[in-house]
Amino acid sequence: MSDPQTDRAALVNALLKRAAPGRAEFEDLFVVPVFAVVAALILGALTMLATDVSLSTIGRSYLALLEGSLGSLGALSETLTAATPLIISGLGLALGFRAGMFNIGAEGQVLMGGMAAVIVGFSFPGMPWAIHLPLAMLGGIVAGGIYAGIAGVLRATTGAHEVISTIMLNLVSYRLLDYLLRQPWIQKSGRADPISESVLPSAELPRLLTWIDPNLRVHAGVFVALAAVGLVWWILFRTRLGFEFRASGESPDAARYAGIRAGLIIVSVMAFAGGLAGLAGANQTLGVLGRATPGFSAGIGFNAISVALLGRSHPVGVLFAGLLFGALEAGGRQMQVDAGVSIDLIAIIQALIIVFIAAPLLVRTIFPWGFRRTWPAKE
Amino acid sequence: MALLANHVPEAATRVDTARQRQARITGAILIGFAALVALVFAPGMDGDATFRLARFGDTLAVPNLVIPAEPSAYVAAAILAFLGARQFLRGGLRWTSLSLGFGLFLLVATFLVWATAGKSFSLVGMLQATMVRAVPIALGGLAGTLCERVAVVNIAIEGMLLAGAFTGALVGSVAGGVTGLVAAVVIGGIFGFILAALVVTYRMDQIIAGVVINLFVLGLTSYVSSQVFQKYRDLNNAPVFAAKKIPILGDIPVIGPMLFDQNIFVYGALVLVAVATYYLFHTSHGLRARAVGEHPKAADTLGINVYRTRYVNVTLGGMVAGFGGAWFTLGSVGRFDEGMTGGRGYIGLAAMIFGRWHPVGALAAALVFGFADSLQQKLALLQTPIPSEFLAMAPYIATIVLVAGLVGRARAPAADGKPYVKE
Repeated sequence: MSDPQTDRAALVNALLKRAAPGRAEFEDLFVVPVFAVVAALILGALTMLATDVSLSTIGRSYLALLEGSLGSLGALSETLTAATPLIISGLGLALGFRAGMFNIGAEGQVLMGGMAAVIVGFSFPGMPWAIHLPLAMLGGIVAGGIYAGIAGVLRATTGAHEVISTIMLNLVSYRLLDYLLRQPWIQKSGRADPISESVLPSAELPRLLTWIDPNLRVHAGVFVALAAVGLVWWILFRTRLGFEFRASGESPDAARYAGIRAGLIIVSVMAFAGGLAGLAGANQTLGVLGRATPGFSAGIGFNAISVALLGRSHPVGVLFAGLLFGALEAGGRQMQVDAGVSIDLIAIIQALIIVFIAAPLLVRTIFPWGFRRTWPAKE
Repeated sequence: MALLANHVPEAATRVDTARQRQARITGAILIGFAALVALVFAPGMDGDATFRLARFGDTLAVPNLVIPAEPSAYVAAAILAFLGARQFLRGGLRWTSLSLGFGLFLLVATFLVWATAGKSFSLVGMLQATMVRAVPIALGGLAGTLCERVAVVNIAIEGMLLAGAFTGALVGSVAGGVTGLVAAVVIGGIFGFILAALVVTYRMDQIIAGVVINLFVLGLTSYVSSQVFQKYRDLNNAPVFAAKKIPILGDIPVIGPMLFDQNIFVYGALVLVAVATYYLFHTSHGLRARAVGEHPKAADTLGINVYRTRYVNVTLGGMVAGFGGAWFTLGSVGRFDEGMTGGRGYIGLAAMIFGRWHPVGALAAALVFGFADSLQQKLALLQTPIPSEFLAMAPYIATIVLVAGLVGRARAPAADGKPYVKE
């Protein structure tokens, strides 16, 4: 079945194709996403129509969506704030997809990372900012990495599929968070509800634009996200480890014949992905929320799956996809306020975008114009 | 020839070491169980654990089962240690999964004795709840089995359950329970068809397609319940199917209430498991479906329409999942809440793997999960020192342990997860 010679040839071809994108690649990268967004917005409007929302309200809600995401400095700040954790954890998932690992556990890893960052963030009073903040973020990375590492180790040693184990770890993490938030050394003193102590100012990610308006929430996590994009790009395309990740993802058999240790790759890619998801969680608790509460992840880990898919598992693609989803998130909130349309609609639009993105053949069938006549060769 | 001669022994050793490692892991887990029982549960247990085997007003009253707590725990620890050592030392033996299964059973039984020591606990009620809670998991696992037997991985079971639950509540509120049930089955079938279209015709990655269907259904149902159900509350107030006791069978002690005094969903799940087993393993259609899952190219050569077979089976799987979804609303509370399936679909997927892609196996595995699920509910009444959050984790951790302990030995259909491109 898997002849090493042909497998290696297939691997080289696949990597060459990545290096020199042709017209089909361009269509997949740019034309398909645009059509996907348009189609999803249209279907979103139809959903609203079907649920008793009047036409004028639909118009108003899409206007609010635009205004709430791009319409003002405050809107831009909200878009960036929402996009930051999506980009960071999306990068982790993209790394996993590249290596053929389907990690659905980002949500749990975000929770564990955010929680660890909070614990470090309130535990060391009097520590200077330059040490405390990096330490808290490192706490988030390590916690997320270890939590994802469990699934990686299970996959590498026993073959337990990471999709099931990461989903179960998500469900476990909710309960674990509930438990931790009731512990006396974590729970805010004098409170009966599950809420953690506040992060000390020395561990907070500084807000960037408070000198213009104290309500602008955009914080230094934006730079963390940009740095992460650069770092992941460098790892993926400029290091040996990144080559091994990509090779394992493109053709596991060929990679094994080429002497790449599959188990090691699985564990390290999961730990990397979890570390980034944990960093995204730390970013939320240290930059936006200042404390941990039940469900503070707010679906970031799940949306990050969509972001990574939409970004075609490329760091730069993830950056733009994260910005788009951040804009949808921020605009969605405005939509809820202005037009009274539930923000859950945004989840539908996001899912539809992914359907169209992940099935280019479907988009080509629905929108035959805009594409070359010939279909791409069989994959 | 030389190449061949070189290859065979190498492959053989590799298989052996994999099995041995599996057995070693199982052995280590079992020894861990033994230590847990001996060191954590056994000390400080006093009195007897009383299990009630009959309900108030049962015609055939069975006396209570009384177990002396501490001695039984030490006996259990000894058996666990023996099983573990046997697996660990003589790795690669048969009965690895049997040992693990029995070990888990012993662990849970001891745990129950520990929690009940000095008190009394209704085992009948517990078993009845086990059956009820196993239903959506068993139906989810059955849906997964139908799909994976034709090599389509169905991560979307969770979304199909949720869609069934939602439709059951909505249509059930408007047009009555039976119509709601039919609508739930239809909607499950529609999502099955969509999944088949995405992965068969549009060759989308199967896991991505499943995840997206889940996200879509979660978003859609949350949206409608916040947008519509808030305003029109009577749209989310469906009738619940009551339990119907089957005359004579329902009076059998212990088993009767568990199997024959239940609502339509329990009976439906049992019947569907039987029908699916017959279909898959005793009809020519089932044989064709399995051929498509194992070797689509060969099946195609023999004139089997691979695409159509996949469409039909995945749609059937979706219908089963839709029926299972209706359990959440029409079978228990009568109203829909956001995300109320709570990962049952994924546990169903694990049940399918644990049950080795066989409907009866999936049902058996679902009973194990149902037991873990109802256990954590009932234990709240016994007031154990274990925090409730950890009890609530039990079914999920059990899933991880079982998948990790067994999946290496279970064999999926050969073409599982791969799209088929007709040449």
